[in-house]
Amino acid sequence: MDFYRAHVLICAGTGCSSMDSRLLRQNMHEEILKRGLDKEIKVIETGCFGFCNMGPIMVVYPEGTFYCQVQPSDAAQIVEEHLVKGRPVERLLYQHEKESTDTVEMENIEFFKHQKRVALENCGKINPENIEEYIAQDGYFALAQCVKEMKPEEVIDVIKKSGLRGRGGAGFPTGMKWSFAAPVQADQKYVVCNADEGDPGAFMDRSVLEGDPHSVLEAMAIAGYAIGASQGYIYVRAEYPIAVERLKIAIKQAREYGLLGKNIFDSGFNFDVDIRLGAGAFVCGEETALLASTEGRRGEPRPRPPFPAVSGLFGKPTVINNVETLANIPKIIRNGWEWFAAMGTEKSKGTKVFALAGKINNIGLIEIPMGTSLRTIIYDIGGGIPKGKKFKAAQTGGPSGGCLTEAHLDIPIDYENLTAAGSMMGSGGLIVMDEDTCMVDIARFFLEFTQEESCGKCPPCRIGTKRMLEILDKITSGNGTPEDLTNLQTLAETIKDASLCALGQTAPNPVLSTIKHFRHEYEAHIYDKKCPAGVCQALLSYKIDARKCKGCSLCARNCPTEAISGKIKEPYVIDQAKCIKCGECMNRCKFGAVIKE
Amino acid sequence: MKSIEELRAIKERNKGDVVSRNEKGVPTINVHMGTCGIAAGAREVLTAIMDEIKTRNLDKIHVVQSGCPGMCINEPMLTVTIPGEKPYVYIKVTPENAKSIVLRHLINKQPVQEWLLNLDK
Repeated sequence: MDFYRAHVLICAGTGCSSMDSRLLRQNMHEEILKRGLDKEIKVIETGCFGFCNMGPIMVVYPEGTFYCQVQPSDAAQIVEEHLVKGRPVERLLYQHEKESTDTVEMENIEFFKHQKRVALENCGKINPENIEEYIAQDGYFALAQCVKEMKPEEVIDVIKKSGLRGRGGAGFPTGMKWSFAAPVQADQKYVVCNADEGDPGAFMDRSVLEGDPHSVLEAMAIAGYAIGASQGYIYVRAEYPIAVERLKIAIKQAREYGLLGKNIFDSGFNFDVDIRLGAGAFVCGEETALLASTEGRRGEPRPRPPFPAVSGLFGKPTVINNVETLANIPKIIRNGWEWFAAMGTEKSKGTKVFALAGKINNIGLIEIPMGTSLRTIIYDIGGGIPKGKKFKAAQTGGPSGGCLTEAHLDIPIDYENLTAAGSMMGSGGLIVMDEDTCMVDIARFFLEFTQEESCGKCPPCRIGTKRMLEILDKITSGNGTPEDLTNLQTLAETIKDASLCALGQTAPNPVLSTIKHFRHEYEAHIYDKKCPAGVCQALLSYKIDARKCKGCSLCARNCPTEAISGKIKEPYVIDQAKCIKCGECMNRCKFGAVIKE
Repeated sequence: MKSIEELRAIKERNKGDVVSRNEKGVPTINVHMGTCGIAAGAREVLTAIMDEIKTRNLDKIHVVQSGCPGMCINEPMLTVTIPGEKPYVYIKVTPENAKSIVLRHLINKQPVQEWLLNLDK
């Protein structure tokens, strides 16, 4: 056995890689080699730690020193100071403004302290490109246990009792799904992993595939054993190149070790996995559209029943599970359903991964037990709203969900409570909005997304979302009329009722929930022709406060349309007819004399 | 892959690696590597410890290094900490002594009294 006195873990997820972590890794290797330390220090590339805002991340074990925002040029100093002399490089340590003392260890950092990592357990801990590290973390033992010691129906029973529900959005009980496909008689059945993550801002599936690809493969094989399938497909978007690459390596290694292929663990069970690349259409996250696309047809949904469990891929019984759902499965088998069911709330068990984005200090990926409050997520883990601004709302469920307001800060987050609050769990995107966000504009943004991503097969979704978007455009440009609100609501209800798939059925949600919680903002746009948050350009006007203006002419010299005129040392004036509301004058003014109304 | 035993063997082979990243409460050897320590031969001591751990196939031991504790006269120094016990400080450690400390203190749990720092002397 090789013994290394120190392990340097560097994040090689998409976030950190885009911030030069590749070069950092290379520099670390070079510096270590230069000093002849390569036999005693190991550099490992891991998956995402989740703390993307502070990337590139580096953790040095055995001390567990947590470095953030490490630049490639810092490599020499880290090797010389920390790895040779044992003195942590203080300027790169994580420091939180709230905490008085320097925080060095990962588990003491507020961002990690409230988390409970189950699906993300190995992300940031092991090298995803080395199957042996996964095995050292008890990987593939759950598969061994299933095929050697359990009957398929026992496996399904454990998953049922654990209370695990689909993490892709709808929250359907996973064990139930498996139990529908298991008894169907067929010459071939399939397991499909839905890695078509389309929700803007959500990237947990990508992180699991990048950081712990073997957990997904192991879970697919377990699902295959449970339902009697011998072939699995991972449907993943082509725009996740790192995830695809790591999956390919993982599949190759699993085949070499005989953990995929024929006669796994000498049990007579055969299972193999292949990858299918998607072109990145939002609708392909819907299971029937995903199946169509996997088969090589146009990615469009079809009515259900028949459900995929009965007639799925190539007309054969198929179980489709989301990446995060699958990542939980090996741990449930290993630790027992009681362990999993002990976490969470009455009807929502286990943990959920959320992608924190928007107006929040700690942007990143977090995993929390079900039932954690929004307040803990935003203020403890997320570190609050930047620049001391006020929290306004948080969008969950992406373009299919709705917004939660200040009134919802303390409800325990689970499937039921989110639905009751007019939103949904969705795949776990969590976009935080502050007082400067216009809720009408946000609703318009999400609707624009779903309208563009509508596949066009059914008229309610294709035409309905277009009409809704036109009304929202009208309101944000200052031409709203009182009947617009009722029209929006009528259209929304019709689209929800009549659409073929979940894309259309949920597309109006952002509009309905913002009308419900922020009706006054819509009314301000329609009746007063004002945007309270100062976002909708058409409803704004820039003015110069004559008392504050010193007459320096800086604004006038920078105005692109020459809309500002005046005499030096006298207050300047903006000609509203010429003004294009670019805001340049406001940015330039040194005296705060330009005001936005 | 034919059996769980095969899987277990792979796990055992790699355990040391992953354990040293995650385990808490593991015996620690701290080699003091300030400029004085390095000049007095701390580097060779560290290498000797690493070799000994490798030959004996030990896991669950952390080898860390820290700066000068201020007793440059006694370098190279190392501190052995077994969780729950008081730390033992060894002075004027040679590579041979270091190997011996690994065996006698960390494996056999018998601190080597004659090489310890003794402030009463």
